[in-house]
Amino acid sequence: MLKIKNLESGYGKIKVLRKISLHVDKGEIVTLIGANGAGKTTLLHTICGLVPARHGEIHLQGRAIERARPENIVAMGCSLVPEGRQVFATMTVRENLTLGAYVRYRREGKKALDEIDYIYDLFPVLKERAGQLAGTLSGGEQQMLAMGRALMARPALIMMDEPSTGLAPLIVKNIFSIITRLKKAGNTVLLIEQNAKAALRVADRGYVLETGKIIVQGPAADLLSNRDVQRAYLGRDAGGRS
Amino acid sequence: MYWQKDKECMPREELEQLQLERLQSTLFRVAGHVPFYRRKFRDIGLDPDGFDSLTELANLPFTTKQDLRDNYPYGLFAVPLREVVRVHSSSGTTGQATVVGYTKNDLKNWSDLVARILTAAGVTDDDVVQIAFGYGLFTGGFGLHYGAERLGASVIPISSGNTKRQLQIMRDFKTTALVCTPSYALLLADQMIEQDININALPLRYGLFGGEPWSEAMRGELEDKLHIRATDNYGLSEIMGPGVAGECPECRGLHINEDHFLAEIIDPDTLEPVADGEAGELVITTLTKEAFPVIRYRTRDLTRFITGRCPCGRTFRRMERVFGRTDDMLIIKGVNVFPSQIEQVLFEIEGTEPHYQIVVERQGRLDKATVLVEVVESIFFDQMKKQRDLIDRIKRRLAAELGIGVDVKLVEEKTIERFEGKAKRVIDKRRL
Repeated sequence: MLKIKNLESGYGKIKVLRKISLHVDKGEIVTLIGANGAGKTTLLHTICGLVPARHGEIHLQGRAIERARPENIVAMGCSLVPEGRQVFATMTVRENLTLGAYVRYRREGKKALDEIDYIYDLFPVLKERAGQLAGTLSGGEQQMLAMGRALMARPALIMMDEPSTGLAPLIVKNIFSIITRLKKAGNTVLLIEQNAKAALRVADRGYVLETGKIIVQGPAADLLSNRDVQRAYLGRDAGGRS
Repeated sequence: MYWQKDKECMPREELEQLQLERLQSTLFRVAGHVPFYRRKFRDIGLDPDGFDSLTELANLPFTTKQDLRDNYPYGLFAVPLREVVRVHSSSGTTGQATVVGYTKNDLKNWSDLVARILTAAGVTDDDVVQIAFGYGLFTGGFGLHYGAERLGASVIPISSGNTKRQLQIMRDFKTTALVCTPSYALLLADQMIEQDININALPLRYGLFGGEPWSEAMRGELEDKLHIRATDNYGLSEIMGPGVAGECPECRGLHINEDHFLAEIIDPDTLEPVADGEAGELVITTLTKEAFPVIRYRTRDLTRFITGRCPCGRTFRRMERVFGRTDDMLIIKGVNVFPSQIEQVLFEIEGTEPHYQIVVERQGRLDKATVLVEVVESIFFDQMKKQRDLIDRIKRRLAAELGIGVDVKLVEEKTIERFEGKAKRVIDKRRL
């Protein structure tokens, strides 16, 4: 699905990503964990084409996308659920979702909007709030809307940037159970999370990013029991005897 | 039958991506946590962050057995000892022991890799597996044990030795799979015939043999005598232990578990990679080991890659049965013996010349080693008793040094053939 080799990118003189290699197979949830400033969001933005790749390769479904424009990358099947939701506050829930189908609308016309019923199935609360302005939704509802909007493009790969940020624990639990449901429905997810423990519990595999470099990767269960990961990201103390 | 089909049959392209990812983070970890590698990388001006492609593998430095010895016991560990849950070691009897360690994840991977090899050999969770490898610091017993347990088989951890008991348990416990060295399996087979045990009445079906070199002829004999399917498997403690590679039902080469080990074949003299399919020394880089990762470890085992796809469906590259060693190490009665150790002993004994030869034969099923030693003329013209004393003294010293008993024969000066250049110290008459 997604294959990245030796990817480097950054801002101005600052190199953020150093020779990143990772892959996501079809139907997998892969999580990328790491401290603030490790380069997680930069990586997602480089995949989306928002930040140019300076070196390396990105292949999406076998096609090289490291030089493609963001809108073309979306059309090729890669959608981003951005950090902080970024829903269009002054538009209704339904309008937000409709916009999500934009790239498909050009090709498929009205049929592209049929997807909305599936989104309402997945997030019944969005159906209830369909006519409401997105800005009036709670944080958790906005997160569901952002996910729904990304899914409207029927992406081959859906990338989520910190979906649990700023949400109450109960809502976070709900968000993660939705991610699990997305996987069961056959979606492929690249999940960035600061909530490493929760992310590793839903993920199949994980990568740990530290100062722009992948320091360890493996099955999610192995990372959960890796002492380095525990100490740095899972809130265990150095003794590891908690 | 596969244990982890998605891994064992993964497309080569995906495998290479996985290997690159794992190698890059392994390099990062060894450069950060193992002073030996940090120094080595610095000495050759290698930036571990700059590693781009598996084709650059040849730029990485080698690791040798001597490096492991120099860093005895824990110098090459990449994690604090607190995270190590198991330690194994090569035989320490010679004072040349090497130590390896495993984290929890390492043990989990190890079990899975051994389970792959057992599954490839035909073993399932219905089998009763008799493990007649030594348990202890040696990786053989525990490695197979945990793999068989992971598979869900019924494990009999009988360990090595006590042939009579092995046979009794094999019969009473209804063993279906035997795990040991091939020579010990032959010994068991002969004992069965001697004791008139009806092999047809035993449910034994599989034999997984490793730990020493053997041959197709031995495979045929073992399969005939024990009524089993015999497969070869390969491993070494410096890399992990058993589980590095194993035969599939095709029995045409051992599949290397390439998602965990990157294998190369090099010319042991030039140290350059050989052409695909040519014989050379096997070099292995670990890709997932946490506690004891090694970069380009020179196994000193001689083999070659078998080119082409295996009909079994596994995409992992195959290597031929190991057919020799690059150094002069001998495996006698399962114990590693270096001619240099013998030389050292002779050097310290007065009246002997530095000319000697080691003759290894197989008597029945077991190895027999004889050391021929040249002695100065004066001793030969003296009485027999003096000669016998000398022989006893050499024997005792050799036994202490090698950990196995060898025969000693004194010969006259200049009777051992001299060679130009490299001396032929070893005459191995064993026909496997």
